[in-house]
Amino acid sequence: MTLLLFKVILILAVFAISLFMAAYSTYAERKVAAFMQDRLGPDRAGPFGILQPLADGLKLFMKEEITPEVSNKFLFVLGPSLFMITALMTGVVIPWGDLINIDGINYSLQITDVNIGILYVFGVVSIGVYGIMIGGWASNNKFSLLGAIRASAQMISYEVAMGLSIIALVMMTGTLSLKEICEYQAGGVGGNWNFWNVVYQPLSFLIFIICAFAECNRAPFDLPECETELVGGYHTEFSSMKLGLYLFAEYINMFISSAIMATLFFGGYNFPFMHDLGLSQNAITIIGTGVLFGKIIFFIFFFMWIRWTIPRFRYDQLMNLGWKGLLPLAIGNLLITGLFILLNNRG
Amino acid sequence: MTFTNNLFYFLSFVAVLSALMVVLSKNPVHSVLYLIITFFAIAGHYVLLNAQFLAAVHVIVYAGAIMVLFLYVIMLLNLNQESEAHKSTLMKLAATISAGLLLVVLIGSIRGSEQLMVQPQQVEVGSVKDMGRVLFKEFLLPFEISSVLLLVAMIGAVMLGKNEEEGKNAS
Repeated sequence: MTLLLFKVILILAVFAISLFMAAYSTYAERKVAAFMQDRLGPDRAGPFGILQPLADGLKLFMKEEITPEVSNKFLFVLGPSLFMITALMTGVVIPWGDLINIDGINYSLQITDVNIGILYVFGVVSIGVYGIMIGGWASNNKFSLLGAIRASAQMISYEVAMGLSIIALVMMTGTLSLKEICEYQAGGVGGNWNFWNVVYQPLSFLIFIICAFAECNRAPFDLPECETELVGGYHTEFSSMKLGLYLFAEYINMFISSAIMATLFFGGYNFPFMHDLGLSQNAITIIGTGVLFGKIIFFIFFFMWIRWTIPRFRYDQLMNLGWKGLLPLAIGNLLITGLFILLNNRG
Repeated sequence: MTFTNNLFYFLSFVAVLSALMVVLSKNPVHSVLYLIITFFAIAGHYVLLNAQFLAAVHVIVYAGAIMVLFLYVIMLLNLNQESEAHKSTLMKLAATISAGLLLVVLIGSIRGSEQLMVQPQQVEVGSVKDMGRVLFKEFLLPFEISSVLLLVAMIGAVMLGKNEEEGKNAS
């Protein structure tokens, strides 16, 4: 098996898993909501309603596609497509597992390990805003435009605090590569014992997760699509699968940001005593990937848990929190981290 | 090498074409979108030069932040052909002259840079480590000065925003 073939298979696998996780996140969301509100949730399609995502997908494909007469047709289609593309592009730099050995050759379960890893993620996320803005503007609807403008302002504001919170982590680990950050937290005993980054950088993690909620437009920061004020926000005019792409991409964003949080702060594919149980390399890698997915599923659950716990913010509260709360906190965290690193290097 | 060459020509073609479309398209929103494509093509050039860090920062800062604000303002103003202000001949002349001067400066800088050619495959100029080393060792003073410049601009922006708000409250 050549490297190229392996990478192609890996890319397809990551693509398929992202879509699968997003589809079943919609199901999980409704089940979690039902659980929190003491209801049953979807239970008609298949046992426990397990085929519900397929039914929903089919429904979205079959619905009539309505394109507003006055809007720019190309941009109207470009908006949701761009949002979907950027959502799927981030999975490329996430290390889904350690090295796997096939026929005596080691393959990395990471599509590419660019030396700017985390910056690539930020770059792609910042492009994701265009999907919303173009879609909202091309709809030629005031509510859509307002929703798009809200979304873009929110995403740009929270990107700043998010970036600063990550800089503290990067200063500590001394690398931008997600793979190296992950290896920095490798488990073991004795001299090799490393804690998860969240132990050293709890504040950074707190800022990051709040910003991740805002970036994914999830409750309590789902103002861009606030029904009571904006009808449906930026996707008011979208119907059929174009709407489906927007909703679906949001769940993929949630999956990817969960994966990034697990990798950056919770050890990624590492698990305790991974090198002390006498397991073969492939077994460690496969268990590690399973552990990573366990962490990811926990974070996805956390996203849903918060949604049904905390009410939506008002827009000025959102901006106050971002610029006056999180940004100074992130800068303070940066200074303290710098001070600690300086003192450690001297001693 | 031929693949890299083809990629270079493709990116250059996209960059020049979309840069032309920025000027030629009638709708200001389309102009902004073409400008974003230009930025992406330039980011692609940075990657070809093995400067991944520069490419990522270019995309984050220009395409991801500045152009979003551009788009933001233009969408809110909802400019179109009818509302476009008439420009006098004098203004057009001034614009032509200043753009021409910029062209002269750019050509001058390219002519002087011939001896600076490096083989990007051999030297890892663009990696984060080398970039940081060069910035904080060789160019420490210019780096600090430019950060002070940014700070001044930031304070200026805050002051502008603040004055307007106070004036509103007073009236």
